[in-house]
Amino acid sequence: MSATHQPSPVAKLEQKTVRDLILKGKRIDDRGLLDYRPLTIMLGTVEKANGSAQVYLGKTRILAGVKIQTGTPFEDTPNEGILTVNAEFVPLAYPTFEAGPPGEDSIELARVVDRGIRESKAIDLGKMCIEPGKKVFVIFVDVYVLDHDGNLIDAAGMAALGALISAKMHAFEVKGGEIKYKDTKIPLPMQNYPVPITSVKLDGSVVIDPCLEEEQVMSCRLTVTTDKSGNICAMQKGGLGVFTPEEIKQIVSSSVNKSRELREKILSKVN
Amino acid sequence: MGNKEQVQLINQNGLRVDGRRLDELRPIKLEVGVLNKADGSAYIEHGRNKILAAVFGPREAHPKHIALADRAVVRCRYHMAPFSTDERKSPAPSRRELELSKVIRESLEPSIMSEYFPRSTIDLFIEVLQADAGTRCAGITAASLALADAGIPLRELVAGCAAGKIDGKVVLDLSDVEDKKGDADLPVAYMPKSNSIGLLQMDGSMTEEELKQALDMAINACRTIYEMQRDALRQKYHIERDESEREEIEEVKA
Repeated sequence: MSATHQPSPVAKLEQKTVRDLILKGKRIDDRGLLDYRPLTIMLGTVEKANGSAQVYLGKTRILAGVKIQTGTPFEDTPNEGILTVNAEFVPLAYPTFEAGPPGEDSIELARVVDRGIRESKAIDLGKMCIEPGKKVFVIFVDVYVLDHDGNLIDAAGMAALGALISAKMHAFEVKGGEIKYKDTKIPLPMQNYPVPITSVKLDGSVVIDPCLEEEQVMSCRLTVTTDKSGNICAMQKGGLGVFTPEEIKQIVSSSVNKSRELREKILSKVN
Repeated sequence: MGNKEQVQLINQNGLRVDGRRLDELRPIKLEVGVLNKADGSAYIEHGRNKILAAVFGPREAHPKHIALADRAVVRCRYHMAPFSTDERKSPAPSRRELELSKVIRESLEPSIMSEYFPRSTIDLFIEVLQADAGTRCAGITAASLALADAGIPLRELVAGCAAGKIDGKVVLDLSDVEDKKGDADLPVAYMPKSNSIGLLQMDGSMTEEELKQALDMAINACRTIYEMQRDALRQKYHIERDESEREEIEEVKA
């Protein structure tokens, strides 16, 4: 059952500082309200994975890995490969992260990242079929949170995208339902590049890319995932507060703009 | 969304598969106080959706360590019956149900005056008996009524409704086939008096303009549903008076 979270005791002490600053139009780490933290992305950091990417977003650090295996397709999509996104809140990342089955926060994060990749049709899954109805490629995207300093959704979404664009698999041929691998390696059939942008509402102000302290004080957050054409492909509101329709429209516009900039940065790493 | 065998969802007269206009809601039936043992309950039929919601509490927090000192803990479970869908759904909670339990709780919590009930829990159960797209929104509409029926002080009722895009057009309240074959889905939960949105999700593909149009459309529908919720509460809680009492009231008014 989903239950109201226990508030972090640290947050209570820091709340006032964060709030007082916001009222003056300032932030606890000296950023402007619509400034994104510096983003560093490194591709191919784990050689054994088909693809991998390490993202630093300020002090938040996330590693995503892609593994490609074969499996049986879903009944309603017999001609398509399968995409699964999973997220682990690794205990070494944060004092209250615990080992064990995934909690609702990591499930939500994985599902929001999944929705962006799936709905933007980032991977041409039709090209990942081996034998219709029998055998297809399964693309596992595993997101590993290594250091938690806020805005895990954006960092995870960009790490997942980075891992996918860096992924290589053996070229293959299908003869009579049998798969023959060749020596050459090919990239995944990527056709879109979704980027999530999260903003939070704090005492009536909207700030982009919240750090951990801001997340603990926020009233609510909104993630808007945009594809390469500037279309919106996924959204998710979270937190116990509420938005007005005007705030939502404003956040959507600023997210569409910001995602363009970050997408260019990620794509510049491949070529 | 889904696999794209081209199906025509809007005909040349601008009507949808079930004969609705683009901005028309499916028929909605609401009933309050339908279960005996629950502290509050409600039933909704929204199109072919059939959903029961029940509230227990405020009651003592159990286990004790989950209690909060300054407010009630709100707990929520959204669950689909195994027979509610085309293919049997395993009764074990799926990742989807876990996510929806969370976003539904987050959409209703802003309406609950939980600060009046420290150290207690308010438990909310939503059972989807038959699913026909838009279950999370219909579930929220019913759950908010169940909270009111339980006598829990609310700032406002919460109404839920989705908008979306099919055949390239923005439409209200997608049905099952429209959800599967359509281009986008945008579930919204809204409180009209405070003009606030407690749930917002989206999947599919929409331009910024389409999204804004769909949002306004969903909000308008939530206003309509909000009035239906008020009517449903009046149906159960109207006071029956005999002739003499009524005359007395008239006199006082005069």
